[in-house]
Amino acid sequence: MRRAWLLAAILLGLSGTARAESIVLASTTSVDNSGVLAKILPVFTQQTGIEVKVLAQGTGQALATAARGDADLVLVHDPDAEAAFIAQGHGILRREIAWNDFLFVGPKSDAAGIAGSHDAVLALKAIATKGVAFVTRGDKSGTDAAEKRLWKKTGINPVGQPWYRDIGGGMGAALNVAAAMEAVVFTDRGTWLSFQNKRDLVALVEGDASFINRYDVIQMNPVLHPNIKQEAARKLADWLAGPVGQREIGAVEQGGVQLFHPDADKVYVPRM
Amino acid sequence: MQIWAPIFLSLWVSAAATLLGTLAGVSAAAVLALGVFPGRGVLVVAVNALLGLPPVVVGLVFYLLLSHSGPLGDLGLLFTPTAMVLAQAALAAPIICALVHRSLEHSWAEFGPPLRVLGATRLRALPVLLGMSRRAVATAILAGFGRCLSEVGAVLIVGGNILGHTRSLTTSIVLQTAMGNLDTSLLLGLVLVGVSVAVSAGGIALGGARL
Repeated sequence: MRRAWLLAAILLGLSGTARAESIVLASTTSVDNSGVLAKILPVFTQQTGIEVKVLAQGTGQALATAARGDADLVLVHDPDAEAAFIAQGHGILRREIAWNDFLFVGPKSDAAGIAGSHDAVLALKAIATKGVAFVTRGDKSGTDAAEKRLWKKTGINPVGQPWYRDIGGGMGAALNVAAAMEAVVFTDRGTWLSFQNKRDLVALVEGDASFINRYDVIQMNPVLHPNIKQEAARKLADWLAGPVGQREIGAVEQGGVQLFHPDADKVYVPRM
Repeated sequence: MQIWAPIFLSLWVSAAATLLGTLAGVSAAAVLALGVFPGRGVLVVAVNALLGLPPVVVGLVFYLLLSHSGPLGDLGLLFTPTAMVLAQAALAAPIICALVHRSLEHSWAEFGPPLRVLGATRLRALPVLLGMSRRAVATAILAGFGRCLSEVGAVLIVGGNILGHTRSLTTSIVLQTAMGNLDTSLLLGLVLVGVSVAVSAGGIALGGARL
């Protein structure tokens, strides 16, 4: 009897998943943890009847998931990795939908003396010279890739240095570790504003031109990935880049600060 | 923050996984305890070794199996509660099998000869032996359920921690910790422990008195 009840529960669960059309959006922790998708996607679902299941992974992992055919659409923020993804034939159309910015945060005590600076390269050089604790995500996410590009510009290779701590985790995990060990960390604005365990951490370096953090939506190549729900995915991509989606993205705030700046006028058509 | 959806999901996924794990584990235990075939000893060692099966490895294997690039990709099960059930069943089955096997083997050694004198075949003896081992079977099922309810590695990988769909209690805790909401994480942790204690207590109260 109890078994029959459990089987019924399983069947109920299965039918629940098949009820409405749904697509899998492979996105990043920086988008999901900031709460922006949870705010805007219900509007899309209400308009179209399409349910969106959000996978929050690092950009590298999100693209890998999609490349295996396990996601219908990607929303990520690493221009180099995206270009490679499209060059490999997995994606066909990339559109920028929003941007925000990165910043360095660290303890108030600011042992590296970088507070108020707007120059990422100078700040990183000061951190390296003074051996100030620095937390890196090391997870091939968009933020991780952006941080690695900044180090490359300094000409310093921090890998293996005792003060350079690779935690191999998401943005929130990195902020938790940085707060606990009083280290500097590179973060996206959205996660930083939403993060609830800041302790002694404050914004140290902001406003470098290379801190622009661009979010793109990429549609999948239906030839390479015939199983994906191409039509529903296209609807979501169009909606995100369209007037309603753009307005909704721009309306999301955290503590009175706008998290993402809608910016969907650039279309990147790849060479096929 | 939604609290009931992850609790309900964790409960039914773990229960379904434990049910599957029990069916597979008890059957395998019966074959291992009563069966006579070459390689039986090796299998017993293997099952006991699987007690320490890392959830994250099970999750990875099921991810590769269920991915659209994998052999079972056409089923479209990846990132569904069903995938979570399958992965957790694979975690629970060896635990249930090993614990039940230990007890069955003991009962068979002790009561097998008289049962056979009475003319019972191995198949006919099994229900009797299982009845004798009911305490061990109950313990095994509770241990399997506890394993399913508490693990995070497998469900995170094959479920994807999708809000309102595959977000369980344990994956909620991982997410809330990552977002710095340590109070919420701790609260969810207490809920998880509470649910676990309630289920064990309920299991013992239901069957324990008469066992």
